[in-house]
Amino acid sequence: MKYFKNSLLALALTLGCSNIWAQQTPAGAQETAISITGATAHIGNGNVLDNATLVFKSGIITAIGDANTPTEGQIINVNGKHVYPGFIANCSSLGLVEIDAVRATDDQDEIGDIIPHVRSLIAYNAESKVVESMRPNGILLAQVSPKGGFVSGTSSVMQLDAWNWEDAVVKTDDAVHMNWPSSFRRGRWWMGEDPGLKPNANYKRDIDAFVSFMENAKVYNDALSNEKNAPFQAAKGLFDGSKKLFIGANGDKEIIDAVTTAKKLGIQEVVVVGGAEAYKVIPFLKKHNIAVLVEATHNLPGSDDADYDQPYKLPKLLADAGILVSIQNADAANFQNRNLPFYAGQVVGQGMDKEEALSLITLNAAKILGIDQEFGSLEVGKSATLFVSEGDALDMRTNLVSHAFIQGRQLSLETHQTELWKRYMGKYNSSEKTVE
Amino acid sequence: MKLKMLVFGLCLVSSIGFSQDYFPKNDGVKVANNHYTALTNATIYTSPTEIIEKGTLLLKNGRVVAVGKNVQIPLQTVVTDLSGKTIYPSFIDLFSDFGVSKPASARGGRGSQYEPTREGFYWNDHIMPENNAIDQFSFNAKAAKDLMSQGFGVVNTHIQDGVARGSGALIALNALETDAQRVLSSRSAQYFSFNKSAVKSQSYPGSLMGAMALLRQFFSDANWYGKGNSNTRDRSIEAFNAQKNSLAIFDAGDKGNIVRADKIGDAYQIPFVILGGGDSYEDLDAIKATNTTIIVPLNFPKAYDVEDPYKANYVSLEDMRAWNQAPSNPSTLQKAGIPITLTAHGLKDGKNFLSHLRKSVKYGLDKTKALEALTTRPAQLLNRKDLGHLKPGAMANFLVTSGDIFEEDSDIFENWVQGTNNILKDKNIVDIRGNYSMNFEDQSWTLNISGDIEKPAAKLTQDSTNLKSKLTYKEGWMYMTITNETGDGKFRLSALASKDAPIEGTIVKEDGTEALFTATKTSPFESKKETAVTSAPLVMPVTFPNVGYGYKNKPTAENTLFKNATVWTSEDAGILDNTDVLVRNGKIVKIGKDLTAGNAKIIDATGKHLTAGIIDEHSHIALKAVNEGGQNSTAEVKMEDVIDPEHMGIYRDLAGGVTTMQLLHGSANPIGGRSAIIKLRWGATADELIFKEAPGFIKFALGENVKQSNWSSYSRFPQTRMGVEQMFINYFQRAKEYDAKKKSKQSYRYDEEMEVLAEILNGERFISCHSYVQSEINMLMKVAEQFNFKVNTFTHILEGYKVADKMAEHGVGGSTFSDWWAYKYEVNDAIPYNAAIMQSQGVTVAINSDDAEMSRRLNQEAAKTVKYGGMSEEEAWKMVTINPAKLLHIDHKVGSIAVGKDADLVLWNNHPMSVYAKAEKTMIEGVTYFDLEIDKSQRIAIQKEKNTLIQMMIADKKSGAPTQAPKRSMKVEFHCDTMLD
Repeated sequence: MKYFKNSLLALALTLGCSNIWAQQTPAGAQETAISITGATAHIGNGNVLDNATLVFKSGIITAIGDANTPTEGQIINVNGKHVYPGFIANCSSLGLVEIDAVRATDDQDEIGDIIPHVRSLIAYNAESKVVESMRPNGILLAQVSPKGGFVSGTSSVMQLDAWNWEDAVVKTDDAVHMNWPSSFRRGRWWMGEDPGLKPNANYKRDIDAFVSFMENAKVYNDALSNEKNAPFQAAKGLFDGSKKLFIGANGDKEIIDAVTTAKKLGIQEVVVVGGAEAYKVIPFLKKHNIAVLVEATHNLPGSDDADYDQPYKLPKLLADAGILVSIQNADAANFQNRNLPFYAGQVVGQGMDKEEALSLITLNAAKILGIDQEFGSLEVGKSATLFVSEGDALDMRTNLVSHAFIQGRQLSLETHQTELWKRYMGKYNSSEKTVE
Repeated sequence: MKLKMLVFGLCLVSSIGFSQDYFPKNDGVKVANNHYTALTNATIYTSPTEIIEKGTLLLKNGRVVAVGKNVQIPLQTVVTDLSGKTIYPSFIDLFSDFGVSKPASARGGRGSQYEPTREGFYWNDHIMPENNAIDQFSFNAKAAKDLMSQGFGVVNTHIQDGVARGSGALIALNALETDAQRVLSSRSAQYFSFNKSAVKSQSYPGSLMGAMALLRQFFSDANWYGKGNSNTRDRSIEAFNAQKNSLAIFDAGDKGNIVRADKIGDAYQIPFVILGGGDSYEDLDAIKATNTTIIVPLNFPKAYDVEDPYKANYVSLEDMRAWNQAPSNPSTLQKAGIPITLTAHGLKDGKNFLSHLRKSVKYGLDKTKALEALTTRPAQLLNRKDLGHLKPGAMANFLVTSGDIFEEDSDIFENWVQGTNNILKDKNIVDIRGNYSMNFEDQSWTLNISGDIEKPAAKLTQDSTNLKSKLTYKEGWMYMTITNETGDGKFRLSALASKDAPIEGTIVKEDGTEALFTATKTSPFESKKETAVTSAPLVMPVTFPNVGYGYKNKPTAENTLFKNATVWTSEDAGILDNTDVLVRNGKIVKIGKDLTAGNAKIIDATGKHLTAGIIDEHSHIALKAVNEGGQNSTAEVKMEDVIDPEHMGIYRDLAGGVTTMQLLHGSANPIGGRSAIIKLRWGATADELIFKEAPGFIKFALGENVKQSNWSSYSRFPQTRMGVEQMFINYFQRAKEYDAKKKSKQSYRYDEEMEVLAEILNGERFISCHSYVQSEINMLMKVAEQFNFKVNTFTHILEGYKVADKMAEHGVGGSTFSDWWAYKYEVNDAIPYNAAIMQSQGVTVAINSDDAEMSRRLNQEAAKTVKYGGMSEEEAWKMVTINPAKLLHIDHKVGSIAVGKDADLVLWNNHPMSVYAKAEKTMIEGVTYFDLEIDKSQRIAIQKEKNTLIQMMIADKKSGAPTQAPKRSMKVEFHCDTMLD
């Protein structure tokens, strides 16, 4: 025990020395009006305004228009630069996982098969260094969702500059997340099985378990019960439309089964997550008005015979057909969420219009989350959650964020990483001077 | 002449037939039967090429005494007339586990076992040349019968377990005698494979390349030991050396492994006969070049059940083609002049051997060559002059068939082994099929018998009314039960079959009284069997490689002039606008304005960007294995041994503008394996991918992976960074001493691992070291300095920015991720500014992928150094071209656009570092391996061919062929820390 205490102390000291807990201090509420002038404003809804003026007060956009728009308060001239609505990372593990390989830092996957009552909200670490690293790339909002298992839990939508999870949340318990069973199952290669995919004998059994749960949840919520059942209670919002059901499904068969089953159960709002083969069932998705959150475009095609650029062009195939599309990278490492703008940029190479690609990670994402009244585009009355970039924010070379605001609060763009950069460049620069 | 033969035959009789003459007998009196057996009037294949019509085969005491058209039949001969029948030498299977039980797996349990369990044997438990199949052999009568039904008379059985598997035994399938007769040899061949023993748990080898290295070292050690150099005794080596001159058979499996096994054999003068898989036809040239005999299995894949279009989607073109093309494997090898033998090994049900053999013939396998592959060739390999033919003196192992054994409707009646007859089907069966008029008392019925000769069916009518009847035909007797119209009341009937005369028998009537009946044939049976379709089945052409996006013909180099491009030279010349680049004979020959094309093809590159091909310093695609983690040092393994030229990652990387990469060993151990530096020549063989001019590299690793921090293993040294240093010092010190001994011309034991480490000390091989935190980076530089060499590259090197000054001073390069971090504890301080900071301090920096997905977007990863750290675009582009070329010491050949360099070029439709850019053409040494337009047509071709194959599979299913459930084969995408064991 003594040894334990000492080693803990030692650990604390080590960590203290490297300043590991440091985090940028959240900005205070917007006190004076701010006017951004001279910007190319990318509205988020497909439109662009050159040489635009944008005014926001108390965290709300009050005016946006051409150079003649009256300014107010502090003026930030960003001539030649670009202003964008804050990007939105869907289905992320931000704040739930700090270091993938360190189990102690992993809070994204609870045990249990059907656990909608498990909520990401309260585990969200507002001081995460990974969360902080999103902001210099323009990602200002995130849906933080539980992962793994069958019905994984309930997500909330957070803004990324906060003291704690209560500060951070912009929409509490917005959606239940589940992984639809796959009709093909991967062999457990590490146990000597063929690593290939073969038909999943339990496909129907798993779906039946979900249907049975939901039928019971529905009748449970039809009347007041003396005995509380948390999982059933957590499903209530799915039937009255106050919560969405995000279903991870990739195959065309799985997508059709998932949507048909959910609709039959009376679940109001269904979003398909993944949707690798959604392009094969476009009329079906349109008929049921289903939005798709495709997997990050920086992915390998699902099979050897597939087009090499299949993941690159999937959002375009769906958007061209009139389906509401956004992008998530639930399956990738958490830190990769900062590459969200480039996932959208990739689709431009496939022929999508740049402003439409921008919508994928702004207004479309907000619509899917049901926060588009407040976020997702630069429109009067919406939250001043936006940023300024030196150049095209969807391209790596030019995504250089100079100013960022969440709810009108100008936030720090420094991170653990920029501090290390400056510290070591400082070391080298000063030693060079000494040499000179 | 005949007398001579007779004398020869008798000699054999006295040596074999009386071999157990010395056994006492207590259950009766001793007798001898030395009668002759003569089989007459048969078509006799005395060998695959010598056929005697209406010949006689004379046997005595298990041997052929005489064979010919006019054999004089001695007194005391039992004569059997085989008119219309054919006699073949029976088949020999070189690769069998007959009578030897499959070793049960002893794997499992906690933790890894790094040390051997045996004493007095080789240091690795999977090397077991001292094992003898005969010690475990127990004759299995049922398995023997199954093998005989398929035409086999002799099999070479062995224990199918381990890397060196010990000696096999040659067994005659003689069910009527004892092991004294049937064991023809108890040391018939030595067997080897790349697979670990199922009953041993020693970690090493944990990979294909590890198994290869182990075999190389073992053969080398055996040689050294054989010269009397060892002070200790090693029973494994002694067993191997004692059998050195016997047949050596290698269980290789797929086409690549055939070449792998052959290379090892060549290096140690062991001419392996190699068991292949069903895919040898895909790599015909390489397999022909092995110049060895291939044992060919006939386990053709079943058609996929693809009626459900959704499920059909899961099956790849590669797997569909395998179903379509595999039956042509034996014929393709045979036609290419590759010597083959055939085996029943690999068949789930051995009783399918004959039908698959016949299928092979339908797909073009020559019958004579097939017979050679089953008889004379295996006999020669076994060095058995008395097997595989039916000339005087031969063991009397033969088949009596109804006709051509390679045709569907022929039957094997008898399989004679060592002169004893095993009857499979009654060759004298009376064909009772035909139409009869049947009479008893005042009744008159009509009887039609049809169907199979052994199991015929009857149809009985009375005044054109059908009667229900059931016919049983057994051992020459026919039995029938007959029901009357109302369904009750039964007649029973029995009669001895008769060939020509009317059938006469007894009928038991409804009331139990008996009467006699007669059935007189009115007309003979006419087979309604459809004549088999004789046209050869449709086989899809093989592509290079034989997977989706493979090319029908290997692409060739073209002289090309790129006109009017923005040229990113990656040289001091910088970025040149409106410039032409001329490619001739695979080299860049001119760069300038308004160049003349001559005979070169002109590509208008106006508005486009031309760059050097991207070089990925750190990749694990196109590999069969990545980690040999069975020991903490594995310098003896080579990634060049395990290149997979068919991996789709190659094609996808070409589509991302990548042309060259270093395939590194993983990071499972501090001293990993040797690298393969390759060019992405899609469609070439594994050996052709290798970048010939590149120097040798080896992977080292530091930190969490080598300490095994992230998986539960606590027994392998080192478990801390402290231990890692000591391990390096120990190995380098030993290598130094080894090298000194070698150079002093003293006698020494060749040690492949020490050889490789000595190369590092001598500056002949370069280290690319997986590394994360500053302490360990600093440590390895200090260890290297202590041994007077330089670390060449730190790869990953995510804290390189903290020691960039020290790195520059040491002269080591850094090859890093653009922006990865937070995936494990040691990358907590990884920052995307790393590349820019290292560069600013004078370190040569490259951006790498370690990932099949990122590799195909390295242009974008380079662009991130502009964002993070403000690198100029020109410098950023060097991070994926000339800088990695410098780190790999291949910058004199590739990495930039300069006159004289390899024409490894990429044409982009946009600024090459823009997220919007696409590679339109990717060229290696003047050969266009990726072209956006060709890619489009390939997509359509894949769809079309798949649809054709699906229709064929559905037709196959309808015709009653067995099917398998659809599946998608999956290759594991490797990263540094992927462990496969």
